[in-house]
Order: sequence, then structure tokens, then C-alpha cells
Amino acid sequence: MSDVLVLAGADERDLTQLDEYRAVGGYAQVERARGLEPPAIIEELNTANLRGRGGAFFSTGTKMKFIPSQEQNPKPHYVCVNADESEPGTFKDREIMNRVPHRLIEGSLIAAHAIDSQHVFIYIRGEYLDAFESLRAALDQVRDAELLGGVTVVLHRGAGAYICGEESGLLESLEGKRGQARSRPPFPAVSGLYASPTLINNVETIATIPKILELGGTEYAKIGAPPDSTGTRLFCVSGNVVKGGNFELPMGISMREVIYDLAGGIPDGHSLKAVIPGGSSMPILTADQIDVPLDHDALRALDTFLGAAAVIVIDERACMVQLGLRVAQFYMHESCGKCTPCREGTRWMVQILEAVEAGEATHSQLDLLLDVCDRILGKCLCPLGDAAAMPVASYVVKFRDEFRAHIDHGGCPFGGESSLDGLFAPVDQHTHHPVLEEGVPA
Amino acid sequence: MTIAENPADFRREVEAIAAQYPESRSAVLPALRIAQERHGGWLPPEAFEEVGDALGLTPAYCKGVATFYDMFHLAPVGRKLLEVCTNICCGLRGAQDVLDAFERELGVAPGETTSDGEFTLRAVECIGGCGWPTVVAIDDRHRLSVSAADVPEILKELRDE
Repeated sequence: MSDVLVLAGADERDLTQLDEYRAVGGYAQVERARGLEPPAIIEELNTANLRGRGGAFFSTGTKMKFIPSQEQNPKPHYVCVNADESEPGTFKDREIMNRVPHRLIEGSLIAAHAIDSQHVFIYIRGEYLDAFESLRAALDQVRDAELLGGVTVVLHRGAGAYICGEESGLLESLEGKRGQARSRPPFPAVSGLYASPTLINNVETIATIPKILELGGTEYAKIGAPPDSTGTRLFCVSGNVVKGGNFELPMGISMREVIYDLAGGIPDGHSLKAVIPGGSSMPILTADQIDVPLDHDALRALDTFLGAAAVIVIDERACMVQLGLRVAQFYMHESCGKCTPCREGTRWMVQILEAVEAGEATHSQLDLLLDVCDRILGKCLCPLGDAAAMPVASYVVKFRDEFRAHIDHGGCPFGGESSLDGLFAPVDQHTHHPVLEEGVPA
Repeated sequence: MTIAENPADFRREVEAIAAQYPESRSAVLPALRIAQERHGGWLPPEAFEEVGDALGLTPAYCKGVATFYDMFHLAPVGRKLLEVCTNICCGLRGAQDVLDAFERELGVAPGETTSDGEFTLRAVECIGGCGWPTVVAIDDRHRLSVSAADVPEILKELRDE
């Protein structure tokens, strides 16, 4: 059996066309699913052990089971597809929407049936105009062919805010508000969109569902690294590699294979320094850790996560302080401003990292930086704060000598030769909160 | 056609979008997007009144929403919007050189518009083309694998359009 499931057929056929998608069995699974009782579908997904592909790796079937029945809660039930892919390093959902939009629509219709819902909203990242157009064209075809089965599917474009990829920020935004995180509980399953029961899943997760029904949960669960990391992932490979892009493979492939076999290794005779396994919010791995299999448990053992399976490869030319600064600047820019530890903490992180890079910090400020990270971690309503604190703390811990060298050297030891030198961050063009003017805390 | 010339047309378009949602407020982002297009790429103060009128919201509410999102512009922009990703994946592969080349060719800094009103240059956070750095968005269409050497040709092409 081919390793490719989510993108299956897309190399041979133009699966943006309904007749082509139907020629490879498209929309047969939703038809079959509609003949099944919803619990049978959820059972199949649980047998497959499908876990969320957006980064949290939560059981999809369990999430569906949290949705109350229509008898328990007679409000309309909603399916929200999270297509607001914004994590730096991640570009898989875009490829799914562009190349297999019908598989996403079919998966959405099956998910709707599984939770007894008639309403699907697909929240598409504002910057992904191409993906929106692809889905809109596919949806028109499905509507004309009368395959929606009474379900309404609404495509909703975002307008540029990373936080709207977080489920509660997405719901706020879809309700026409600023996309600020919500306090939980209540969880979306109980009180989500318009305070109604809501299932929210990532694009890749939803697009996997038709293939699970086609293969059967038991067969699907044999793929990848069972029992926990079953199935395939679209690994998004970027950074210092010969050939970046999306590669769909079973989970459990090693990081070494991804970097050297799929992405062609590191160009121009440079050497591997570090690699980020799951997107910019994930703790970093050093070059000696790349024999790790890319599955959830193996990466947990190394204190990091597979996240959204975005592999960012970094060669020896990158200054880790500059990397940390640029990552912290991103999360500072994207913090919604609701929780103090994230809103203020990301600013402190940026200020300290700027001082370290400029050679104006003291050794104790490295401990202060870790302390700030610690005071953000787990102390906010949503994971955005963690997304800043976890990676930056990992850079300090794993590359402490390099951070110390900046302080001892009175500046960046790369002397202007780092690959990230002088990288401009758009924090001042459109900042939600002006950066504090006061100096760096001692 | 501007909204002021035909407010009923704008209202009908927004109402049709709002009808897709259980609550019409959900249409505020699409309505702001249409208003921005009609106002030449940015949202002047009257745009918030127009959107508010169409959806039964206050102008202040609409502005409050718009200021949260990066793709809404609260100051005039050039006829073409050039946005260079400078997040880490593009950064590792020379995004700063690409941004520098645009600055040099256009004579403006990120966030500024050329004096002829033709181009606004911005640096932006990751726009999701990380495997093909550097990614440059030109009016929301993404160009992949752009290098600093490509910049003069891109600008020539855009000027000739």
C-alpha cells in the first residue's frame, strides 16, 4: 500500500475537479457514512487512533464524543474546520486545500454526520487567497452535484492574526470579534460557536477521515508508529535544505531521513546545527538528536513535540540568540494581549534577547530570561504564551555557551556573518501594543 | 464604484454575506474586506460607519475589530502592496537581502509608500510558503523562491502592468 493517504492521487490526477476526485472513490465514503449511525463513525476513528494534526495531537474520536446529543442540547451543532494555518514553518494545510480540496470537504461532511450537525464553517487564513479560491471552486462543484446532503458549508476568510489558529480565538473571530482567546471551561464541545456545541479540527485531521473509512480503522492503525502515532503526516520541511516542501509519510520516519533523504540534505557544504521538529513554537533539537523517529512518544522523550510536523533545518551559520529574538518578536507581535504573562512576558523576552545580542546583558539576565519563560508557561488562557516560552528556553538551555559568548564577547560572536543577521521584524509597522520604552530589567 | 456613490449596493452585498451566518456580526471581517477594496486598499474613518450601518454595529466596534487584524490597513497604501516574509524560515535563506533589495530599488523603508503612490513595502510575519523561501506577496498573490537578484525584474514587471 502506498504511503500517501491525504494527498493520494493528487500526483496523477487533478483532484481539484469533482469528476476526477470521484474517479478515485471520492464522496463514496460520505455516502457510506450517512448510512451509518454516528457512533459507528466515531468508533472507526477511535480504532484508527486518529489524533489532531494541528499540533495538540488530541484524539479526534474523543473530541467528537464530547459533543452532546441533540436531545441533550437542542441548539444547532457546528463543525469548524481550522484552516488558519499560521505557525511559522507550516504550510501543509495550504497544500491540502490547493490540491485535494474535495477530500477536505468530504471529511467535513463525514464529521458533520458524526456529530449530527448541519453546519460546517471553514475558517481559512486570510493570506491563503489561493486556498480559499480552490475550496470555493470545489464547493461550487459539490453544491451543483447536490452532494452536500442538506449541510451548509460556509467558507470564512480570516484577516491576518496568528491567534485565530487557536480554537477559541478562531471562534471569537468567526463571531465577528477581535480574535482573543477564551477562558475554558466551557470547552467548544459544550459551548463553542454562538455558545453551541462545536467540533473544531485541523484541515489535515479532517482530510484524513475519508481515507480512514475507506481503509477501515484497523488497517489505518497499522500505518505509522502504532499504537499512538498511527497514520501519515505531511511533513513541512524548510530552512537550510536542498529541497524544501511537503512530504507525506508514515509517522515514525527518522528526522535524519527527512533531512537527508527527502529534503536532500544541507546545501553548499554547510553542516547541521539544530532542527525544530514541529513549527517555531516547539523546543529545538541539536544535531546529535536527529536519529529520533518522528512520532509523538519519541519526541516527548526528548522534551519536544511533533506539533504541526514542520521541520525547520538550521545550519551552522545561524546565531541562536538571533533565532530566539526573531521567534520572540513573532510571538510578541501575535500575542492577543489578553493574558498578562504572554502580553508582557513576550516583551520582556524580546528586550532581554536584544540586550544579549547587543552584548549589553549580564549572565544573570540569562537566568532572568529563563525565569520569564517559566512565568509564562502554563499560566495563560491559550498556548500562545507557551509557544514563545518553550522554544526560546530550549535555545538558552541547549546553546548556553553561545548565549554566554555574546555576553563575554560584548556582542555577537558571529560578527555580522550570521545567516539571521539584522533580520527585520515587522513589530513596529502594525503593533497592537507599543513596545515598552523602559530599559531592560537588571 | 465607491461606497458613497452607491451605499445601497454595498449594503446588499454585506447583507447577502451576513445571511450565511446565524448572527450577522460574523460578517464583519468580510464586510471590512469589501470596504477596504472599495476605498482603494485601506479603511478610512467613514468605512467604519459604512460597515457599522450595514451590520447594525457601531463604527467604534468595527474599528476595534479592524485594528486587531494585520490585513486591514488604517492608513493609505500604494496601488500595489509588496509584502516580504521575514520570519525564520525565509530569514535563514536570505529574506533580509530580498527586503533590502526592495528598499534599495524603491527608496522606501518597510511600512512606507513610494512618493508616486505606486508601491507600499511591508515586512510581514510568516505567510505559509516556508519550503520555498523567500516568499513575497504582491496584492495577496504569493511569489515563491524570490532572491534579491529577482527584485529589479519583479518591479519592472509590475511597473509595466
